[in-house]
Amino acid sequence: MKPFTTLTAVAAPFEMANVDTDRIIPVRFLRKLRSDKAGYDPYLFHDMRFDGSGKENPDFVLNQMPYRKAGILVAGANFGCGSSREGAVYALLDWGIRAIIAPSFGDIHYANELQNGMLPVTLPEEICHGLRDQLRAKPGATLAIDLPAQTVTDTLSDAHPFMIDPVYKERLLKGLDDIGLVLEQLPTIESYEQAYHARQPWLA
Amino acid sequence: MPAPRTLFAKIWDAHIIMQKPDGDALIHIDRNFVHEGSFHAFGALAKEGRKVRKPRQNFAVADHYVPTVNRDQGLAAVEDDDARHMIGLLEENCRVNEIVHYGMADSRQGIVHVIGPELGITQPGLTVTCGDSHTSTHGALGAYAFGTGASQLKQILATQCLWLKRPKTLRVMVNGKLAPGVTGKDVVLAIIAKIGTAGATGHVIEFAGAAISSLTIEGRLTVCNMAIEAGGRAGMIAPDDKVYEYLHGREFAPKGTNWEAALTQWRALPTDDGAAFDREVTLDGAALEPMLTWGTSPEEALPVTRCIPDPATLGDANKRDHAKLALAYMDLKPGTPLTDIKIDRAFIGSCTNGRIEDLRAAAAVLKGRKAVIPAWISPGSTPLKAQAEAEGLDRIFADAGVEWRASGCSSCAAMNGDKVPPGMRSASTSNRNFEGRQGKGARTHLMSPAMAAAAIVTGRVTDVRTLMQGK
Repeated sequence: MKPFTTLTAVAAPFEMANVDTDRIIPVRFLRKLRSDKAGYDPYLFHDMRFDGSGKENPDFVLNQMPYRKAGILVAGANFGCGSSREGAVYALLDWGIRAIIAPSFGDIHYANELQNGMLPVTLPEEICHGLRDQLRAKPGATLAIDLPAQTVTDTLSDAHPFMIDPVYKERLLKGLDDIGLVLEQLPTIESYEQAYHARQPWLA
Repeated sequence: MPAPRTLFAKIWDAHIIMQKPDGDALIHIDRNFVHEGSFHAFGALAKEGRKVRKPRQNFAVADHYVPTVNRDQGLAAVEDDDARHMIGLLEENCRVNEIVHYGMADSRQGIVHVIGPELGITQPGLTVTCGDSHTSTHGALGAYAFGTGASQLKQILATQCLWLKRPKTLRVMVNGKLAPGVTGKDVVLAIIAKIGTAGATGHVIEFAGAAISSLTIEGRLTVCNMAIEAGGRAGMIAPDDKVYEYLHGREFAPKGTNWEAALTQWRALPTDDGAAFDREVTLDGAALEPMLTWGTSPEEALPVTRCIPDPATLGDANKRDHAKLALAYMDLKPGTPLTDIKIDRAFIGSCTNGRIEDLRAAAAVLKGRKAVIPAWISPGSTPLKAQAEAEGLDRIFADAGVEWRASGCSSCAAMNGDKVPPGMRSASTSNRNFEGRQGKGARTHLMSPAMAAAAIVTGRVTDVRTLMQGK
């Protein structure tokens, strides 16, 4: 996993609460294989980005020039609710977005972002609102995220502190692989399983 | 005396392999389910040169991408090349990893969240996972069941455990006696409408109270299924005699002396008197009416007797903005009585409402009546299809002019091609009314099987209670 430390990138204001993962990637694209050559970026927000004939919708924020290079989205509350599809994270990442700033996230999507080296930043509703106002006033402006310091610096150079669980922070900073961490504990796991299944042999 | 604990706490505590001081716990996973969509996780596992560590605790079924018509033709019935490849890939991944696999032609095939309980794989007190958000369904038997993405699924396949943070707990009490025509679906839609689609984020929901206990196992599975639509990490209900009777004799349920030992353990699971929850919410079950959604989020739901709301009157700015977009997408106007909404087609099935009780409820309304819109019914599993046919339900559906199909996820997520055409308005017993969920441009109204059946015979949103009185 690619470590996440700091990120300074063009940020796009995304005016919508409850952005569900069906919206981030429509279901018909989830059957696609994903490789280094063929990423999931063409599918990101597909049915918002394109009309029925496949033409780009000029009103959609990521179709507008400064935001085509966006690396950060500043979104509304409950971002990534709904389906567990990790394809939503693949689409965001392959497009080039490595952080979402929002007042809250769907639980499963939040975990999926962390698993892929993406940073979900939780900031209060009014701060997200203020950030979007700034970004609309200065299209193409960048935000700077500093994970070690746990701050987002806005276009006026004000730094907004954010909270993140220290365990998640550590894993993101180091790009740690969870399976490796788990398998280090194999003797403990095996002795747990033996005792557990001795009590409930029908589950083994 | 040990401190009183919740159902969730008892399961969590029993599954901690190790606890780190920072709050992370390594949790043992009893049962993991995989489906065609799990190919990313299997692919990543193979790439790392790993295999499934505990094959016997994993179960596979083809459901999301399987066709619901021409099933006797096998894989040839799958029109889409990618989908056919995925169905074959699941079988191959299971063969390599020695996981039991219920393929398209297997007599036990069905929707993963239907067959888990049906085969007795899901049991009280277990941790249950699947790469699907509706894994919350299994909590209806008193399990801690939750969906994961592909990365966590890969970890479970490789290790049979998962590092997790302990979620908070929310108890939703539904008191009183449900009125006739009010089902588990109506109860859970009312809960989501009350607490919102992010109302339970970060929490495990325990559903309790007289109205919940009075539900059948099928009704409870429906309620827990939609816990995720309230943002819940999981939904669960304390196990009781109904659960034990339901499980007894099922293929994977414990047998003989193991059954007795299991019963003793299960009976100790329900939340102790005085156990504390992080939050509590209460609803009056006796006041509930049949519900349906009018917008594009499951929280945008109302009793069938009401009118489309004016977005300007809704709680906060987020809700107002969402409702405006939703009404534009749904092509609906504020003030319109819900029963004035015309319906173009209907779908009865899914992991939410594809069980025998749901099929019987639909049949009770359809019997002696005729469909006036295209509609199909997809049973939640192949064994359920056989059971419904043995009860003669398929004849009732055929006489009413409703299509009776094979089992799969079908039109809930429309991955298999069972789509609702653009602009069409669908009465659906599934779980999500998101934009484009049933097909690009499709307009979905979520409701119970009886309500969907009422829409099938009238061509509009109809209070099923008016049809029940006519019987």
